[in-house]
Amino acid sequence: MLTSIPVYAYVGLSAVLFALGLIGVLTRRNAITIFMSIELMLNAANLVFVAYARHNLNMSGQVFVFFVMVVAAAEVAIGLALIVTIFRSKRSIDVDALRQLNG
Amino acid sequence: MNLEWVFFLALAAIAILAALGMLLSRNAVHAALFLVVNFAVVALFYLLLNAPFIAMVQVTVYAGAIMVLFLFVIMLLGAERLNDESRSLPAQGYLAWIAAGVVALTIVMVVYPTIVGAPMPISVGAPPADFGSPAAIGLLMYGQVPAEGGISYVLPFEVTSLLLLVGMIGAVVLTRDAITRRRDGR
Repeated sequence: MLTSIPVYAYVGLSAVLFALGLIGVLTRRNAITIFMSIELMLNAANLVFVAYARHNLNMSGQVFVFFVMVVAAAEVAIGLALIVTIFRSKRSIDVDALRQLNG
Repeated sequence: MNLEWVFFLALAAIAILAALGMLLSRNAVHAALFLVVNFAVVALFYLLLNAPFIAMVQVTVYAGAIMVLFLFVIMLLGAERLNDESRSLPAQGYLAWIAAGVVALTIVMVVYPTIVGAPMPISVGAPPADFGSPAAIGLLMYGQVPAEGGISYVLPFEVTSLLLLVGMIGAVVLTRDAITRRRDGR
C-alpha cells in the first residue's frame, strides 16, 4: 500500500502521546493511573518503531515492538501484584502514603 | 489533502483526546476505558503502517489482556474513586505540564530537521506484499531470513520466554495471601 503520510507526522503524534503520559506520571497520585500513563508512553515509543519500520522498509522495528509488548505484559503483571500487596498493607494506593523512607 | 490525510488526522485527534481523557478523568475505570480507546486507535495506525501482525497483537495483548488485568485490579481493590487533592508539592501540576511540553518540543526539534533535511523516497514507496505479515515476522525472528548484519532474534525470543516465566512466578509469589503464608509456617 502506498502512503502519502511522512514519518514525521507519526513522530509528532508520538511525541504528544509520550508527553501526555509523562504528565500523568508526574502529576497523578493514584498508583494505577501512574501505571496506565507508563503504558501510554510505551505505546508512543512502539508507534515510532513501527513508523520507522515502514519508512525504512525493514521489519526489525516490528520485531522490537513485539519484544516491547512482552516486557510490558510482564511489567504489568508484576506491577499490579505489587500494587495489590501495597494495598493490603497500607489500605491505600496513593503514592504519597508510601513515605517510610522519607528522611 | 487526500483521504489518507483526513483519516490520519481524525485518528490522531481521537488518540490525543483519549489520552487527555485518561489523564483528566477522576474515575480509574473511566481512565482505563479511555486508554482502551487509545490502544485501539494505535492499532489502526499500525494497519496504516503495513503492520497487520503487530496491530492484531496490540488489540489482543494490550487492549485485551493488559487492560482487562487493569480493570480487574481496579475493581478488586475498589479504587475507582481517586482523591488527588492531597499534594505534597502544590506547584507540581504546573511544573509537570511545563516539563512535558519541553520534552515533546525537544523530541520534535531533534527529529524534525533530520527528517526534513534528508530526502524521503522510501516512505512513499510500496512495501513488498508480505511486509509485516505474521509469516514474514516469524521468519525474520527465527533467523530464516538473514537480517542486516546476519542478526537473528532467536536468543532474545528465548530470553523473553524466561522473562514471562519470572513475571508469572513473581506475580504468584507477591499476591499469595497471609493465610497461605501462615500455613506454610512463615
